[in-house]
Amino acid sequence: MTVVESQDSIDYHARLRSGRGVLRMSEVQAAQRGEMLADENDETMIINMGPQHPSTHGVLRLMLELQGEQVVRSKPIIGYLHTGMEKTAEDLTFLQGPTNVTRMDYASPLFNELVFSMAVEELLGIEVPERGQWIRMLMCELNRMSSHLLFQATNGMDLGAVSVMIYGWRDREELLRLFEKITGVRMNHNFIRPGGVAADLPDGWRDDLLRILEPLPARLDDLDVLLTGQNIWRDRLQGVGVITTQEALDLGATGPILRSTGYGWDLRRDLPYLHYDQVDFDVVVGTFGDCFDRYAIRLNEIRESMKIVYQILEKLPKGDYKVQDKKVTPPPRARIDESMEALIHHFKIYTEGYKVPEGEIYVAVESPRGELGCYLVSDGTSKPYRMHIRGPSFVNLQCLPHMMADSLIADTVAVISSVDPIMGEVDR
Amino acid sequence: MSDEDSGGQEAPVEGPDSEFGVLRSWSRGQKVLHPSRDQYLELARALYDAGYLMCVDVTAVDFCAAKQQRTLPDGVVAERFEIVAGFISHVDRSRVRLRVQVPESDPTCPSLWELHAGVEALEREVYDLFGISFEGHPDMTRILMPENWQGHPLRKDYAMGRIPVQFKGAPSS
Repeated sequence: MTVVESQDSIDYHARLRSGRGVLRMSEVQAAQRGEMLADENDETMIINMGPQHPSTHGVLRLMLELQGEQVVRSKPIIGYLHTGMEKTAEDLTFLQGPTNVTRMDYASPLFNELVFSMAVEELLGIEVPERGQWIRMLMCELNRMSSHLLFQATNGMDLGAVSVMIYGWRDREELLRLFEKITGVRMNHNFIRPGGVAADLPDGWRDDLLRILEPLPARLDDLDVLLTGQNIWRDRLQGVGVITTQEALDLGATGPILRSTGYGWDLRRDLPYLHYDQVDFDVVVGTFGDCFDRYAIRLNEIRESMKIVYQILEKLPKGDYKVQDKKVTPPPRARIDESMEALIHHFKIYTEGYKVPEGEIYVAVESPRGELGCYLVSDGTSKPYRMHIRGPSFVNLQCLPHMMADSLIADTVAVISSVDPIMGEVDR
Repeated sequence: MSDEDSGGQEAPVEGPDSEFGVLRSWSRGQKVLHPSRDQYLELARALYDAGYLMCVDVTAVDFCAAKQQRTLPDGVVAERFEIVAGFISHVDRSRVRLRVQVPESDPTCPSLWELHAGVEALEREVYDLFGISFEGHPDMTRILMPENWQGHPLRKDYAMGRIPVQFKGAPSS
């Protein structure tokens, strides 16, 4: 592992805590200060960006302290999308849980379902059949591609490359159409459930998938032509929003942000789950920790995901897609019409749910944004006693003030976009 | 899933034992340490020196309504709240989890901010939703709920639906 050494990496520890870059001030204080400064004719002023700003990816609000065109300090203000999903989860059975968590990171919903289901399975002590695991991997990698394509689209739009937005949406749309065919819905699938997946892959899915994958390399190369090799694009991104490895580790940043600093850490490779140890792929890392590296990492991760998807297509075994444990798995729909026992069984599982043994567990997966974790506590009933999701966007957002310190206000949008926060996951 | 999948750690050993001078237990193959509040910061420092460079997660659990007694090693007194902090060592490729008991009468806990700047938002979230304040945190304010909100929603005695919602145009009863 190589580590980016910035000139002042020795005192990074003190610098992160010095208050440089980070505004720690309530709205009331900011307003008072604003009134005061108007009289004193001070040089810095505090302005609000968002929460309705189109480039804040939802409802992120930034309080920026400006000195002329320079951002001196900033503070992300969140909570506009807080709907108490962790509280809601305590009132839903383990079977209903994925319906709730899938709405957190709405750009990569399958990862939320996966991490929740894996936590429940670990507490139950059940093993998902091979085919179920490979289908999960397939869906997650496709979801990673669609999420990163969405990033390319919004990142392009934020920086003025509007045509890229259309290209990104177009390719993502095709993947979402495939998701609709497989899971029934385009987003918030509730497809990965404790015990396996909701349904087997439908007829013709392989042809559909290959039809999507075939033109994709050329389209990604188009993005390279449009963006990567472009002087304007490079000038907008290179050297902007720089973060060092030590800073990223200290701030708990994961995913493309940590990897952009040259630190090769990917849970799929380093703490493998599902069958990621059986597929061959590269972990893409950057060098400078700037916005351009984060853009390039996400672009190349689409290519790596394609590599994984092709390997999954080869290796996908036949067999059960969900565990055949009567305690956890409801009977097949066709059985309900002919068997009274199956009907009772179905009714029991959907009304009472299944009991999960007492215990606590933390499970993490590599979502497109970083480490997505689920801390689950069960007290032996059919509902989680506590369900906590460690959202990568929530933690990564703390990098913003440090990345933006002493940068130009025009770069703010580039930096927000390169962190790629999904506010549904930040606020939960 | 087997134990290898949950972080490549060694297999659980029988009986309670200790590590870094605090009690250790295993939960489904994952290593859990049980420091007291006084030992918490010191232990985090020792873990940092041992290669656990990143604090991944800080959260809390309110155990006042649990149907079943939780399993804790002998010597740990169960309190109402529990702070749960997760650390990761990239070199060892292993995780460790800290569970700190916090009593209802004095809901405070030392902050890890001096060691891991990234806990700032996580600890604010715990403060906001559980009402446990962290000593040494630079900005102990609400993060998700509005600044003037009363109560801490993730506490178990904070009932769902206690805030009446008035829909626009709905007939008032």
